[in-house]
Amino acid sequence: MFSQEFMLNALLAGTFVALACGVTGWFVVLRGQVFAGDALSHVAFPGALAAAAAGLDERVGLFAATVAMGGAIGVFGRRTFAIGTGGGARMAPVDDTSIGIVFTFILGLGVFFLTLFSMGSGGGTGIQAAHTLFGSIFGLSSRAALLAAVIALAVTLCTVAIARPLLFASVAPEVAAARGVPTRLLGVGFLAILGVVVAEASQVVGALLLLGLLAAPAGAAQRLARSPLAGIGLSAALAVGAMWGGLLLSYAIPSLPPGSSIVAVAVAIYYGARMLT
Amino acid sequence: MPAEIAHPTLTLNPVHDVNELLEYHFMINALLAGGIVAVMAGLVGWLTVMRRETFAGHTLSLMAFPGASGAALIGVPVAWGYFACCGAGALAISRFSDRATGSWDEESAGIGTVQALALALGFLFLSLYSGVLDSLESLLFGNPLGVSDGQVRTLAIVGAVVLLALGAVARPLLFASVDPDVADARGVPVKALSTAFLLLLGLAVAATSQITGPLLVFALLVMPAATAQAITPRPLVSLLLTVVLGLAVVWLGMSLAYFSVYPAACFITATAFAIYALARLHGTARRRRSDRRPPPAIAPQLPDGVIA
Repeated sequence: MFSQEFMLNALLAGTFVALACGVTGWFVVLRGQVFAGDALSHVAFPGALAAAAAGLDERVGLFAATVAMGGAIGVFGRRTFAIGTGGGARMAPVDDTSIGIVFTFILGLGVFFLTLFSMGSGGGTGIQAAHTLFGSIFGLSSRAALLAAVIALAVTLCTVAIARPLLFASVAPEVAAARGVPTRLLGVGFLAILGVVVAEASQVVGALLLLGLLAAPAGAAQRLARSPLAGIGLSAALAVGAMWGGLLLSYAIPSLPPGSSIVAVAVAIYYGARMLT
Repeated sequence: MPAEIAHPTLTLNPVHDVNELLEYHFMINALLAGGIVAVMAGLVGWLTVMRRETFAGHTLSLMAFPGASGAALIGVPVAWGYFACCGAGALAISRFSDRATGSWDEESAGIGTVQALALALGFLFLSLYSGVLDSLESLLFGNPLGVSDGQVRTLAIVGAVVLLALGAVARPLLFASVDPDVADARGVPVKALSTAFLLLLGLAVAATSQITGPLLVFALLVMPAATAQAITPRPLVSLLLTVVLGLAVVWLGMSLAYFSVYPAACFITATAFAIYALARLHGTARRRRSDRRPPPAIAPQLPDGVIA
């Protein structure tokens, strides 16, 4: 198996992308922003299409769209909203409605670009759309795999660098703000980082499936681990484990697409964690 | 749009244009189906926005993808797959998101996981049944101008069921949505209501995705409701406004699509978003004005029974 070059490339890119998803995913789940991550993964698709329509590299559009959307959610969205009354009041994410509306609008633009495309060149757009939506980890060149690994490692390090203040700002935003932590700036910066992770991961596992890597390992780690440090480590380890398990599975069963098997393993891990606790 | 009627022209003469719109049977079907879906999605969406379950709504709308590809794989009508998968998805979300006891962040992780699993299954079905890929665009973005008589009938039945069920649980559901803790203390079955609502949401979403496609369901489910709630805080007025906006958006979008080459979902989404943006801008402007005005020296007289 390791003598196949496509498999080595897939493992190299996959490992680091999973690492980035696991680490940022832990904060995403902690901050209740899974829907924001989901929205980012959907705007990746119109972004890539728009870039292709303008004759640019697909990746430029991908990164520009997700980082811009991340910044927009961070700047315009208020984070929480009290639901219920008195002591039982819980904080609910308030910007879910606006996130949903904005990304639906952007997807509408995506449909427009897709039509524009299929009228111009005909044929092949369905396949291309499928690639943008579902990724093609077994089709990476060694250069692309190396680039993916380097970018993923860089964003992981960025997240680790702001981990302490980000944790403080996520758990007790008011106290953190009173202590002089720039909570709003951290929120926007984190969403921008998330945008990069999403753009990167959507090339590897696909825009629609990366949510499994972002939410499932982190959700499992939130249930299993007691301390933040252990949680982040466990989340990263589970994400990498899901990636390896999925790749092995789809190598063993050729009719199983890698995106599906990776997500299946991640979901199995999440379900197992729910059973345990 | 079928090739033989591909050149209708917009003359800006309203009588002529409307006549041309209603000339073809497929267009009447499309407008009927759009109307049914707009009313149903508007009412369910209004509650979805209020309960802040847009993420669940979005996840349910993506259930259409494994539904459609799974139905194609085992050879049953696509609509069956839509409804079956949306129902299963609603149950899975209600099982995974213990909103009554758990926290919001855990809920969002649970819903995200359900969505990822559904998409992974859909992709698996798609690769097992390679024929669907040809119609990936219509699978993703719907085909409202190709609605058959049978589909209109199905939509009408589903719409009636959803409306009746909503009417039956409206009062306790509203109570449980506004203040779950107090409702729970008063003996309202909050958890069961939440599951029931998710099932209704699944039904509405499955029906809507046949018009707009799964990805643009929010154009009818969330946008009119959010617009109406941004315009007026009064529940009944905003509920009515939601339905009116939904109907306007879907009929306007379909009519524009009829006279152009772009898909109806594009126009429906763009129209809905434009109205939402206008409402938000208007709201911001109004708030600015009232901020600038000095507060009244004497508190305004409130009618009896209103707590200031």
